[in-house]
Amino acid sequence: MRPVDPRLLRYARSTRGFLIATVGAGVVSAVLIIVQARLLSQVLVDVTANGAVWKLVVGSVVALAVVFVTRAALAWLIEVLAVRSSAKAKQELREAALDRILAQGPAGPAAQNPGEVAALLTRGIDSLDAYYARYLPQLVLAVIVPIAILATVLGQDLISAIIIAVTIPLIPMFMALIGMYTKTRVDRQWRTLASLSGHFLDLISGLPTLVIFGRAKAQADAIRAMGDRYRSSTMSVLRISFLSSFALELLASLSVALVAVSVGLRLAEGQIQYAPALFVLILAPEAFLPLRLVGQHFHAAAEGLGAATRIIADIESPLPVAGGSRRVPAQIRIEVVDVEIAYAARDRTALAPTSFVALPGSITAIVGSSGGGKSTLLAGLLGFAAPVRGEILVGPDQPLADTDLVSWRACLGWLPQNPHLISPSLDREPTIRGIIECGRIPRFSDEQLWQVLEQVGLAPQIRALTLGLDARLQADGSGVSVGQRQRLALSRALVGAPPVLLLDEPTAALDPVSEDLVSRSMRSAADAGAIVIVVAHRPAVIDLADQVVRVEAGALC
Amino acid sequence: MLSNRGAVWHMWTQLSLPGRRMWAAGFIGFLASASAVALIGASAWLISRAAELPPVLTLSVAAVLVRTFAIGRGFFRYVERIIGHDAAFRGLTNLRVQVYERLERIAPLGLARFSRGDLLTRLGADVDEALDLPLRVVLPWLQAVLVAAGTVAFISWLVPSAGVLIGVLVVIAITLAPFIVAFTARKADSRMAQSRADLAELVVGALDAAPDIIVFGAQVGVAEQVRRADSQLVQLNARESWSLGAGSAISTTLQGAAVVGALALAIPAVQSGQLAPVWLAAVALIPLVLFEVLSGLPGSALALQRVRGSAKRLIDIENGPDVPLRNTTGIPASATFESFDLRGVNAQWPGAAESALIDVSLHVDAGQHVAIVGPSGSGKSTLAAVLMGFLPYSGSVILNGREVCETAEVWRCAGLLTQSAHIFDTTVAANVTLGKRDATDSQIDKAIRQARLDSWITTLPNGLETEVGSFGSAMSGGERQRLALARLLISEPSLYVLDEPTEHLDAQNATELDQTILAAVGDSSMIMISHRLTTLSLMDRIIVMEQGRISAVGTHAELMNSGGWYADQIRQEGERTDMVNFVQTLAVGSATPCTT
Repeated sequence: MRPVDPRLLRYARSTRGFLIATVGAGVVSAVLIIVQARLLSQVLVDVTANGAVWKLVVGSVVALAVVFVTRAALAWLIEVLAVRSSAKAKQELREAALDRILAQGPAGPAAQNPGEVAALLTRGIDSLDAYYARYLPQLVLAVIVPIAILATVLGQDLISAIIIAVTIPLIPMFMALIGMYTKTRVDRQWRTLASLSGHFLDLISGLPTLVIFGRAKAQADAIRAMGDRYRSSTMSVLRISFLSSFALELLASLSVALVAVSVGLRLAEGQIQYAPALFVLILAPEAFLPLRLVGQHFHAAAEGLGAATRIIADIESPLPVAGGSRRVPAQIRIEVVDVEIAYAARDRTALAPTSFVALPGSITAIVGSSGGGKSTLLAGLLGFAAPVRGEILVGPDQPLADTDLVSWRACLGWLPQNPHLISPSLDREPTIRGIIECGRIPRFSDEQLWQVLEQVGLAPQIRALTLGLDARLQADGSGVSVGQRQRLALSRALVGAPPVLLLDEPTAALDPVSEDLVSRSMRSAADAGAIVIVVAHRPAVIDLADQVVRVEAGALC
Repeated sequence: MLSNRGAVWHMWTQLSLPGRRMWAAGFIGFLASASAVALIGASAWLISRAAELPPVLTLSVAAVLVRTFAIGRGFFRYVERIIGHDAAFRGLTNLRVQVYERLERIAPLGLARFSRGDLLTRLGADVDEALDLPLRVVLPWLQAVLVAAGTVAFISWLVPSAGVLIGVLVVIAITLAPFIVAFTARKADSRMAQSRADLAELVVGALDAAPDIIVFGAQVGVAEQVRRADSQLVQLNARESWSLGAGSAISTTLQGAAVVGALALAIPAVQSGQLAPVWLAAVALIPLVLFEVLSGLPGSALALQRVRGSAKRLIDIENGPDVPLRNTTGIPASATFESFDLRGVNAQWPGAAESALIDVSLHVDAGQHVAIVGPSGSGKSTLAAVLMGFLPYSGSVILNGREVCETAEVWRCAGLLTQSAHIFDTTVAANVTLGKRDATDSQIDKAIRQARLDSWITTLPNGLETEVGSFGSAMSGGERQRLALARLLISEPSLYVLDEPTEHLDAQNATELDQTILAAVGDSSMIMISHRLTTLSLMDRIIVMEQGRISAVGTHAELMNSGGWYADQIRQEGERTDMVNFVQTLAVGSATPCTT
């Protein structure tokens, strides 16, 4: 692990002012420590060697008190500045990462390992505190302060200065050596933590299933085993990091001891005066303190660095479909030309070559066997999956790949296979209005909302609620049947009459009465000029369609 | 406040830390801190004595001591950290298991109160916070008290008045300073854990719904929301740093007061001959180091505060309002299904305004195949939750002669397949054997065959040992449901409760699977909840539910004769079956115009 990562420094730019202030306060604080040592040794020497009375030294003692009070105020300031310097950088990093990870869509890291990604984005980024707030400023102080103190000691006693000057460079050398050794282990440690987190998420989501099979109790042993694995992997890292701080501490305190003994023996032989001897003794440990702190903060920052490396990798990874800058044509016409789609993680193409044209005013039914590429085709049309062969056109001579994806998606009414009923505020209990609007701007009128609810047959039930459109769904989704959720998601797709409707099994979980309602609303959307592409399992939907496209997954690659 | 203290104590007992290791860590840590204090004392004495120009030999003991303390300081600290951390991590595992068991007790309905992100925080970060209780609270305080006592005794021996002064300052540093810091940071801290959890919940929620957010362009709102949660966290951090800074300032001030005070009392003592001059430097410099040791205590007061917040949230899991607990203490259900007898059952989801089941009466005997059908939202799945003992009810639900709410381990008798069974992030085989721990390979193969997954398995790179990915992400919806079915079949329950098992399958696959289920279940008892009516002609009895009530009961033939919802649906479905066959005649990968 490199001591300074330039990519992380980029995010520190916004907090440069705070970092400089922190370092400045640290330097002033170091100067005060030199003054304090000077005053203290002077008072002690005056009293013991020169026999000064209390009245003669009281001035120095008062000055000493002032130094202490000033140092106290500086300590306060440094603490307050430190938090400020990490906050902004963390915030920027978190936003950039979340934005990027969301944009990766259903095949991205969020879908593969949601627990792990969530841990990275929350605790992972929080652990960067130690990096920005403590480690970075301390790194600068570790260069400035020892040099200043060494210069002061040099003015007093040559031999002590040599002892300190020889030992100090050993400390960063040791640190580098140990750092090289621990790098792989720290990475591994973070992986263990991330997989632990993913495993918990899996376990918690599956807890109802475990209860159904009476296996929930037995999982306690699995948690114990996991905890033990976590402990031994953490301890193996800690053992090394403790050993390294042991080495550093030993170097520092032995060097102080050497200074003390050498000064003491030379003092006994009259080769040095009492005053500089005491001054050097008090000052010597302070030369090592900033370096020891760097070591401490480095280990604390290491966890954050491990997380940051992975987050930056996510931020810098390319999107599956980047899109272009061309605007969506006024008259959309979807043409799928020999499109074949494959996911890198799997061993066979998810969609065998498929071609069709979908015109405004028509309903295209996509059929095929279970797991046969129907949802993959929709992912292609949504700009979440890029064709490995063939091309998707959204207008004459305009490939989807050249089209601005944001404006393209604004033309879509989408019903996913597993819809998430969210409002943009991610309320745990979203309102009906929030769910249907889903953050789109401009917002929809009540009239438009009621109209789609009418279409999907939910209007009477929602009218019966006291709060109507502002009624909230319960956090766990209880009290709302699967069919009702499905129809809410459908109204989200239909609202505002988008020119393209992509519906994945719109009648799943619906009873035949609701199914008829939904079929009718698809027909009327098409009659109003929309392009309707619908993945269908049920004949009622195929009955409506103007054309049927049968898709299948490809052969093994 | 009392309950807070209770929460921390509760956490401490649940950590059940290894006692010997903890005491050893405490004592060795004390030796480390004591070495640091002794190092400066011995060095100061050495130099002061040297200044009196004695024979060099008289300094050799002090010179050796200085080196010994220098090595001891680092060495003891190293040993203390290893022992202490190992003990703390052992405790952490104990605590995590206890918390999991708490979650297990309230599953499945009680979990609905929390989002997954929230639960992840509680089982992850909140438990991890407990590490600080031994490492950053108990051990540092123990060591600080021991070192301070020793040092004060030593100074009192040299200059009694300075000993008293430093004693007073030490008491302030150990009690008052941490208290002031903790008190001022209290509000920020108690909200910090919650604020972290809120952020985690937002992030998990956003990741879950990523495609929906992107397609509908909701990411601006989501980013705004995350930024707001982040800013709140920053504000709380800033407030905490204010208090922490105050702690540092107080520590430095106390250090200064001790050094200046010691000088003010010791210098006259030197002049009056009460204190040998050679000791003066030691008396002045020892407090400097002692208060450095004590300067960590305000930080550990804050750590205690944070631990308290997490401890409360952990206790909260069980103490929430209206958590419907499964009966875990009753007599376990007998493995053989005899009968279900429901009389006038009403049931309501926690927090819901209306009853989902109204006056439902029903009798199912062993060996019967009963179907429950009806429009969506009619209470079919609620009935399944009541039968399994998950949802509280009024009226009477008697399983094998005993009230379900007094029965534990209903799973011994009844196996449930829901609309959204969870697929674990492990191999195909491990997901199946969850249903039967000691299943043989041939039993697994049989279950896979019965669930019609065998052809899918042959396409997998590692067959049964293939990893299915997080939440079965490498499988289609239909494959996931079939895998869940295989898991149920291998567990061979005496009563099958099937809650829309064919939901996400296409018509042909669904019909095939329905038939397979009937074949696999054989003579076992079965309650099949469905809105597909194609295979119901073989059922002993069909129960039609509408709006939470039973609206009709009968065999297929009886219901067809009597008309109503069921007969209507059957007619419509019949007309559509031909369409499925039609799809099979289409060419793959191209459009076929419809002629309707």
